[in-house]
Amino acid sequence: MTGLMGLSSLLVIAPLFLVLYFLIREGASSLDWNFFTQLPKPAGEQGGGMANAIVGTVALLGMAAAIGVPIGVMGGVYLAEYGSARSNYWLRFAADVLNGVPSIVWGMVVYAMLVVPFKTFSAYAGGVALGLMMIPLVMRTTEEVLVLVPQSYREAGLALGIARWKIITVIVIKTALKGIVTGVLIALARVAGETAPLLFTALGNNFWNHSLAEPIAALPLQIFSYAISPYDDWHRQAWAGALVLMMLILSCNVVVRFVSRDRR
Amino acid sequence: MRTVTTPDSPAPVKPTSVSRWPDRSFHWLALLAALTLVGLIVLVGWELYRGSRLSIHQFGPRFLVSSQWDPVSDVYGALPFIFGTLVSSLIALVIAVPLGVATALFLTEMAPVRLRQPIITVIELLAAVPSVIFGLWGIFVLVPWLRDHFFRWLKDSLGFLPLFTGPIYGPSMLAGGIIVAIMILPIVTSVSREILRSVPNLQREAAYALGATHWEVIRIAVISYARRGIFGAAVLGLGRALGETMAVTMVIGNRPEISASLFAPGYTLASVVANEFTEATSDLYLNALFELGLVLLAITILVNAVAQLMLRSLAGGAGAKAH
Amino acid sequence: MATPVSTPEKPKTAPAPVQPEAGGKPVAPEEGPAFDVRDFSLWYGARKALDGVSIRIPARRVTAIIGPSGCGKSTFLRALNRMHELTPGTRIEGSLHLFGEDLYAPSVDPVVVRRRVGMVFQKSNPFPTMSIEENVLVGLRLNGVKDRAFLQHRLEQSLRMSALWDEVKDHLKRPGISLSGGQQQRLCIARALAVEPEVLLMDEPCSALDPLATAKIEELIQQLRLRFTVVIVTHNMQQAARCSDRTAFFYLGKLVEFGETRGMFTNPSNPQTEAYVSGRFG
Ligand SMILES: Nc1ncnc2c1ncn2[C@@H]1O[C@H](COP(=O)(O)OP(=O)(O)OP(=O)(O)O)[C@@H](O)[C@H]1O
Ligand SMILES: [Mg+2]
Repeated sequence: MTGLMGLSSLLVIAPLFLVLYFLIREGASSLDWNFFTQLPKPAGEQGGGMANAIVGTVALLGMAAAIGVPIGVMGGVYLAEYGSARSNYWLRFAADVLNGVPSIVWGMVVYAMLVVPFKTFSAYAGGVALGLMMIPLVMRTTEEVLVLVPQSYREAGLALGIARWKIITVIVIKTALKGIVTGVLIALARVAGETAPLLFTALGNNFWNHSLAEPIAALPLQIFSYAISPYDDWHRQAWAGALVLMMLILSCNVVVRFVSRDRR
Repeated sequence: MRTVTTPDSPAPVKPTSVSRWPDRSFHWLALLAALTLVGLIVLVGWELYRGSRLSIHQFGPRFLVSSQWDPVSDVYGALPFIFGTLVSSLIALVIAVPLGVATALFLTEMAPVRLRQPIITVIELLAAVPSVIFGLWGIFVLVPWLRDHFFRWLKDSLGFLPLFTGPIYGPSMLAGGIIVAIMILPIVTSVSREILRSVPNLQREAAYALGATHWEVIRIAVISYARRGIFGAAVLGLGRALGETMAVTMVIGNRPEISASLFAPGYTLASVVANEFTEATSDLYLNALFELGLVLLAITILVNAVAQLMLRSLAGGAGAKAH
Repeated sequence: MATPVSTPEKPKTAPAPVQPEAGGKPVAPEEGPAFDVRDFSLWYGARKALDGVSIRIPARRVTAIIGPSGCGKSTFLRALNRMHELTPGTRIEGSLHLFGEDLYAPSVDPVVVRRRVGMVFQKSNPFPTMSIEENVLVGLRLNGVKDRAFLQHRLEQSLRMSALWDEVKDHLKRPGISLSGGQQQRLCIARALAVEPEVLLMDEPCSALDPLATAKIEELIQQLRLRFTVVIVTHNMQQAARCSDRTAFFYLGKLVEFGETRGMFTNPSNPQTEAYVSGRFG
């Protein structure tokens, strides 16, 4: 019996190694200087890169963080510092339900909210879609680390006659900062690979983006469109792009593990 | 001590009142941020409803049971997609739940302690792999292998079942189900593990005291105690499976057919939206796609809510954390 | 609500000259009470934790609060600077004046109350992200004091008053939590003193410390009573006898006896007090 269970564990973890193996085997050879500095080439032409998609992903993540981090952290503060047990139960429930909303649905919602009224796909819309997805993620992790801050620090602050909001921002949040940063990084790593919410918001772009009100390229989008294309060159580029994206996400995870290790 | 008598320092700041508005506004700001959760749920539902009004008016409940999806004559029905979504998710569950629970049991009850953390870490990293990368790997590695080896073997050995008949293309309902299974395995495993860990040791010891073997203890004491929680983990996995988009879109074949064979291509709610949304030429077409999103949202929210309530009602509250 | 204008005592007089007392302990001359508590009751939900407490706690003296576990000592202490309001579902009745001012008047902000009435806790709790210096000055800084020279002066003054200066003056930038337990507790005292409160509340400040560190803090309390009103909760009879001027004995939420410490310990008027101070119950 133990052997059977060991075997299932092996089956469960095998995909990670298989995926990594193929990413490196198929993708590493196309990773060169050009890949990081050039625009994509039209079908049939050799070479080219994904510089615009890499920059685009960074820009989208920046916008997502600008929305998701303040709202998520403040919401976490509410849950940990102000909310009653009853309201917190329902707010957490809402956060968990939102976490389960399929990512493609976020794309449709932001399409209806921002793309239709402004009559254009845009980097803004993509950033908003990812940012909205981040909110419940950041909120839950922020709450979790804030409640770990001992009550005695809050009491010590109050006994000094410090206003509550200053205690929360300067003492409580600062004490839990590592955990909050960890949560933000995890949320960023999670949305960095999202493709579905970008399909009808950021749309993708084969050139440099000159304004955030225009469509913008992103690594996952580029990987998707290359993967389903009929050209071998593009398939190779898709593998290389996937390798870069995977490295980005894995390094986020490694940083998180590193940062949160000495907390336990 | 001499220092105590040092003359008092220059006038200390000692206000008799402080303005309360910063504290109040901070509180309100935090409340507002927390309430965005509720706002978002309303927003998501409202936007999808608003986007699908035309289609709801035009087709009514027929939309859910009609299997005609014909953009040329502007007639739409969701049945093949609902079918595809449910079938691929069920396949995923059938694969992922036994594997995930077995792995969780292995990790909590059997594995050498030194092995546990590395396996857990790998499973956590697996959860971080983006859907589109699984899709890419699925198109070029998994599906060809399934087509040339696994599906052939299935057909030879189980071909008498209607499930495993017909031509083998590669991209298929079964391939979609398998890739989704891989993607939900981390959450099924980690939630099951939380549940198993919450089984009190007393429970185990009681069974041992009755002279049960290790495996009997697991079967009697652990599994029976954790059954409800594991069911919750499965429902949570189902919630994830239903909404999977990119990887499925890339390997399921994308044909709105209802076929008994799992080797036949299928189509899911999420994939059809992903594929056709930017190509929707008529208003009604776009509305129909929005309605597919609405159906998907309704199913996933229902399933997720059930899973959350089940996991939360468990003693010890080993509820599912945001994952 | 009781009448808030009953005793228009002069609030907080300037430091009076120090006079030696008969026992050798220097004390400031007697003045009006710091706290004037009348018929004060407090509930946690439906549970009554304080029952009709009336007490006049003298200024510039050390008042010890003793009593068996669960009798409401901490609750009473926390009511003195409205700290109990952090616990949801508490309710109070009666009146509580500090130097003639009603601390529970609707117009009074609890934040202001706590600036006037500082607190030191059972477990030392320096802020973990801050250095020794930042810990001492955080109360002033967060209340808007920017004057560098003033802060520097107050830093040294507070650390000297808490008898920590000589031990830490060369590494003020080290984290506050790098200190030993007793030093951390004195750091917390310095932090509370830096904002110049009128009253210092201490809830079993030595219960987590070894005898040497305890002796240091007791000595420090002797110094503090020259300038501050100190209220200290303790489980240690000897400590109460050694370092307080007055002692209040609480039992089951009620104030049973209150008087000169020496009298309380040698000749208690109440049989319950006598049983408790002689160690026959509690
Ligand atoms: N937050 C609370 N909620 C409900 N009841 C409380 C709370 N805090 C204290 N009590 C109750 O109020 C009573 C007084 O508690 P308090 O902490 O003031 O006692 P104490 O005299 O300080 O005890 P100890 O010597 O153990 O510190 C106790 O019976 C306690 O159970
Ligand atoms: Mg106490």
